[in-house]
Amino acid sequence: MKTDFLEIENGRKLARDEIPHLGFDEFRHQALDIVKDGGKVIHYFAYPEGGDMKLMAVLRTDRLLAAGCDAPEAYPSFTAECEPFHIFEREIAEQFGIRPEGHPWLKAVRYHANYRGKPDVFGNDYAEDIPGNYEYYAVESEEIHEVAVGPVHAGVIEPGHFRFNCIGERVLHLEIQLGYQHRAVENLLLNADARRLPIIAESIAGDTSVGNSLCYSQAVEALSSVAPDKGAQVIRTIALELERIANHVGDLGALSGDVAFLPPANYCGRMRGDFLNMSLLLCGNRFGKGLVRPGGVCFSLADEVRNILDERIKEIKPQVRHVAELLFSTPSVLSRFEDCGAVSLSDAEKLGLVGPAARACGMPYDARRCFPTEHYKRLDIPEYALPSGDVYARAKVRGDEVMQSINIIQSLINGPVETDCVNGKIPALEPSSFVVTVNEAWRGELSHCVLTDAEGGILRYKVKDPSFHNWNGLAMSLRDTGISDFPLNNKSFNLSYCGFDL
Amino acid sequence: MFNTLKNRFEQGYRTSAYPKEKIALWRRYRGLPQIHKDASAELAAECADLCPQNAIDPVRRLIDMGRCVFCGTCERISNGAFVSFTNDFEISVAEKEHLLTDGSLPSLADHSRQHFKKLFGRSLQLRQVSAAGCNACEADLNVLATPFFDLARFGINFVASPRHSDAIVVTGPVSRNMKTALLRTYKATPDPKVVIAVGSCALTGGPFRGSPEITEGLDTLLPVDLYIPGCPPHPLSNLHALLTFFK
Repeated sequence: MKTDFLEIENGRKLARDEIPHLGFDEFRHQALDIVKDGGKVIHYFAYPEGGDMKLMAVLRTDRLLAAGCDAPEAYPSFTAECEPFHIFEREIAEQFGIRPEGHPWLKAVRYHANYRGKPDVFGNDYAEDIPGNYEYYAVESEEIHEVAVGPVHAGVIEPGHFRFNCIGERVLHLEIQLGYQHRAVENLLLNADARRLPIIAESIAGDTSVGNSLCYSQAVEALSSVAPDKGAQVIRTIALELERIANHVGDLGALSGDVAFLPPANYCGRMRGDFLNMSLLLCGNRFGKGLVRPGGVCFSLADEVRNILDERIKEIKPQVRHVAELLFSTPSVLSRFEDCGAVSLSDAEKLGLVGPAARACGMPYDARRCFPTEHYKRLDIPEYALPSGDVYARAKVRGDEVMQSINIIQSLINGPVETDCVNGKIPALEPSSFVVTVNEAWRGELSHCVLTDAEGGILRYKVKDPSFHNWNGLAMSLRDTGISDFPLNNKSFNLSYCGFDL
Repeated sequence: MFNTLKNRFEQGYRTSAYPKEKIALWRRYRGLPQIHKDASAELAAECADLCPQNAIDPVRRLIDMGRCVFCGTCERISNGAFVSFTNDFEISVAEKEHLLTDGSLPSLADHSRQHFKKLFGRSLQLRQVSAAGCNACEADLNVLATPFFDLARFGINFVASPRHSDAIVVTGPVSRNMKTALLRTYKATPDPKVVIAVGSCALTGGPFRGSPEITEGLDTLLPVDLYIPGCPPHPLSNLHALLTFFK
């Protein structure tokens, strides 16, 4: 297939005028072709330049592809022809008031006024509180009842609103409305003093602090031609894997708790804490905050630290394996996990699912293997996916990734790791440049895209959390599923509210 | 069954003896900051200048633990000569002005309200409201239910409804979209009630200061009784605060 989209590299700076600037029709036509042919959307966003609006798309096949165009005020929706653009078009409409005509589901994403003071595409009055005049999808019949949950939930959880349309216990449709956590992170990254940016990036989603600070730091490194040394790359890889393990282990415990099998629930809760404490061992913070900065890391992996880490992992590894074996061999657990909340491969493709949720549907994409950064270039990440798409597959993929990540860390700490720590000062960015950074965070493909202006200031900072793709996967998993299985499915995805809401 | 028992045996007994026995956290953990008054004015000014959170007052030589995210920049810049972070996690305060510190904190026990101890000392039910943070504070509140901390052994629990709670525990910088839900939760909590602000965001807006979508300090909306600093606060900071303030 011939395309004008430019092949780009993960974390490699380009001059902005190197990126093909197509006519809108050509841009639309080619982007649709790539995605209809099996490509996926990493970014599709709008940004202002001078007085004009531009569109930028970063797509992936087995390569990364980018192109842009001038943005019309309204245009025929991509989504009407090709589903993976769905949430991106809604976001563009919300942020900049650009209307995708014929979009099948044109609703607010995070509930805020657009940045250009244009008439609101959704007809919302933002003086009213969310959900304001939000129209939930409704199924009409005498037999149907709706269940509304949130934004304040029963546990210690982030806020979001879930609207179920049910017939008896059976869920016909679940609609998820988020936006309660919206802090305008992208605008803050644009306007705040440079020294604040690493702190903001780490706080986009606290459970993905390392992932986000990695995407941010790689972007700044590319834009300022600073490179981390090999030791720093190893430490960053260890930190990202520790983040993955802690979250997966915690969720396996929570899943076990949701099917009332309490031993693994308690053991995993404790072991998750032990992995968080390994991050604290590295950098003084249980979530890895303060570790990754442009140019490298702020804390060394001195032999003393390395040896303690090695001992702790040696001690906990068999415990993790045994608890996972217990979980996945207990009939009462399997009977609840199996065939529950299955998402088909074809739906997963259309929704553009990423990460473990996609690998559980038979899509083996893993950014660590396909677009490796840091030390992953030297690691052999196996191609892995399970076919069934149900709670069992989502849990099993994560359980298997835990053991894989433990092995990765062990292989990285069996010899000295030397690095020159950075002091955290932020280098100046090169003007009129573009970079996209992609990493496999624990939920899946996490990506930042940064455009600089002619003075080296940030013109657009785009953040995409994997949850941006995956929330609709959760909604699909609930179709024709008992409403009492919602907690189980929700936990099997465990998506980010704040990462989505930005 | 045998497998279940084998795992139980392997896991052992894990609950901490805190507060009866002290816990020493690893030295890289950044707890209570200590200001060294003898540092030069230039060094103090440099630290204040490079602090991402504008948390340092170089003239009065104080650090604002409400704004501070404990990133350690000042300690690194001054090589510990102006600010050093101790591994003391007992850093909560009952009055907002006490967040501004040189490293000596007033005893939380002395500043806790005596009638709260009488009312809630034996049983304290908490309702958590997550309001637009990054979910790290929530995560480190959640772990208080795990076997190591085992909050329930002190008669303290997180409950599912504000109607059943004695206190609301608020995390995050209270976004515009979350404000109404928070205020309604507060209203639904029966009197007498306590408000606890957890983490830099709830204390001052934290990393999100300056965003028009958020609130710079929960105390601008509700009367706050207890402030727990950190980004996020260590679970032991949370545990210490709850035990000292209410027990």
